[in-house]
Amino acid sequence: MSGHPTYQPQTAFMRWMERRLPIGGLVYSSFVVYPTPRNLNYWWTFGGILAFMLGVQIVTGIVLAMHYTPHVDYAFDSVEQIMRDVNYGWLLRYLHSTGASMFFLAAYIHLFRGMYYGSYKEPREVLWILGVILLLLMIITGFMGYVLPWGQMSFWAATVITNLFSAIPLVGESVVTWLWGGYAVGNPTLNRFYSLHYLLPFVIAGVVVLHVWALHVAGQNNPTGIEPKSEQDTVAFTPYATIKDTFLLAVFCILFAWFVFYMPNFLLHPDNYIPANPAVTPMHIVPEWYYLPFYAILRAIPNKLLGVIALAASILILAFLPWLDTSKVRSARYRPAYRQFFWAFVIVCIGLGWLGAKPPEGNYVLFARIFTAYYFAFFLVILPVLGKIERTRPLPNSISESVLREGKPIGAPAPPPAAAKV
Amino acid sequence: MARACAVLALAVSLSAFAAPALSQEHEPPPPPTNKWSFAGPFGKFDGAQLQRGFKVYREVCQVCHGLKLVAFRTLAAPGGPGFTTAQAAAFAAEYQVKGEPDDQGEVKDRPGRLADTFPPPFPNDQAARARYNAVPPDMSVIAKARGYERGFPRWVGDVFTQYQEQGVDYITALMQGYKDKPPAGVTIPSSSFYNEYFPGHAIAMPPPLTDGRVEYTDGTPATVEQYAKDVSAFLMWTAEPHLEARKRVGMQVFIFLVVLAGLLYFTKKKVWHQVELHPEELKPRPPSEYPRA
Repeated sequence: MSGHPTYQPQTAFMRWMERRLPIGGLVYSSFVVYPTPRNLNYWWTFGGILAFMLGVQIVTGIVLAMHYTPHVDYAFDSVEQIMRDVNYGWLLRYLHSTGASMFFLAAYIHLFRGMYYGSYKEPREVLWILGVILLLLMIITGFMGYVLPWGQMSFWAATVITNLFSAIPLVGESVVTWLWGGYAVGNPTLNRFYSLHYLLPFVIAGVVVLHVWALHVAGQNNPTGIEPKSEQDTVAFTPYATIKDTFLLAVFCILFAWFVFYMPNFLLHPDNYIPANPAVTPMHIVPEWYYLPFYAILRAIPNKLLGVIALAASILILAFLPWLDTSKVRSARYRPAYRQFFWAFVIVCIGLGWLGAKPPEGNYVLFARIFTAYYFAFFLVILPVLGKIERTRPLPNSISESVLREGKPIGAPAPPPAAAKV
Repeated sequence: MARACAVLALAVSLSAFAAPALSQEHEPPPPPTNKWSFAGPFGKFDGAQLQRGFKVYREVCQVCHGLKLVAFRTLAAPGGPGFTTAQAAAFAAEYQVKGEPDDQGEVKDRPGRLADTFPPPFPNDQAARARYNAVPPDMSVIAKARGYERGFPRWVGDVFTQYQEQGVDYITALMQGYKDKPPAGVTIPSSSFYNEYFPGHAIAMPPPLTDGRVEYTDGTPATVEQYAKDVSAFLMWTAEPHLEARKRVGMQVFIFLVVLAGLLYFTKKKVWHQVELHPEELKPRPPSEYPRA
């Protein structure tokens, strides 16, 4: 990424600083003149949105932590007290609880975008794996956060999920006791979940730094999936990417605000407003919507140990995606068959999410199994084979060419000059 | 091809799932939806309704159901039933709450103050079970703790209509859902009552409301239906005492964000104008060299 102007400190202070800690130059080269492909579409704005959501969760979470009491006798009431007696406590709490959903929504869009345009392929494998680690950390953090209000769903989700570890042969029971800090989910469990729920977001922030670093080394992928070849193929990060990201962030915040202010409990389960009661099991224990696909996979497998393995595999398999996909072509734009399988995969994931909310009986189980089979077949069979046999469409010579021939099939004769865009 | 297959699979699955849903006979019917003053983006509580609901609570519900999270002072807080501070203090004084240790270390009950919360109707769950054969739930957040499955596709519509009143609709229906005896072929334990809307239908709570049981002085009909609605609205307020502030701030935030997004859109268009018009001239350049319009 050479050829773009270097940082010229404008003030005496920044000149002084630059010789000691060149932070101005770092920001300048990373977020101002950093070349981004000029053809990035709005699906590329979700990285920025995710950074924003992480910030929202950390800031609201720190203030909530000032008022929350991590004790089985007080946790539920302390959350309610935050919403009643802390100034704008209702806003903080609803921002945080809705923010988790929005964070996952953005993460899933970001992930599917990467899959569609082949952003995980060489040389972005490490960037992608860091993303999978971030997803895993988010899942763990979100789960622990869900336990903290100590409602019925909190308690029973903690019980069900920690019990999964009992499937491990020989040491399973001991591991579960160790996780609980006792012989049942109780006060020690709540305390350690609170501690880890506070810690992990900062681990996430650290991995985000690595993720962005890797991104700035490899450069952004783009809808064509071909690397920028000349300066014509890129635009400066600022103002072009910045303004585009900011615009979509504002649109995303409209959606966020819709849920926070008008339907904050839509994404929560009513049972979690019932204080935790170890003596009463809820009729259906369901996780938050963003875990439902994984929950459906877990329950689709009749054997507990295999179910837990499938659950873990469904997330970890993403890390191997760069090597499972054997195609030389990155973007689904030029992979007509992959595109079909990709959309089928998206529908299967949504279908699994829906099945995860249903009781595991009758046809629901049958379909959960079919969808689970497709989920894994997509990675283990379709992607490796498809890359070898698929007839891809011809790639444009450069990003500029693809932009200039917007809407025209590549390989078709160039439009006459008169018809060219003025 | 694969996409067509997936769509087909989805269609088949939808039709397959419709069948078990219809065959479940003992599922309670969905509660009827009511019109609530606090529904929707401009929703506000109806102070008179909350006051009536509070009256129903005090004269009927509070024998068994507590409101341990609700402080008396909030009865006079903005966005609530709209009692004066003096009225709220008078209500508080009617309750005996556990006092503080005196000089001799003795703890005596004392009349409630504004800062106190509603005292619990029974000292512990065991006492409640001995008295009522069940533990009557605390009602502070019950309007949020109850609900019913909206099902597909209604829940999708709810996102747009902002339907958030499952809890109050359910409570309203439950208050009116008692039947003298269960329908033929359904048996319930002798210590419980048949209620159409209660999951499992066998509810330990006897029918709490009868026409004329609570006297209304403002001319509102003293019917079970009206009591049920009023007390449900009151419980919505106890569950979400800042609902009005939330929706009011929400509208301000919403208008701000829509205007901001609009401005950003046009700014974005202007910034990108150059890229779309003269792509061949584009080079990364420092901000000081950006083309001026």
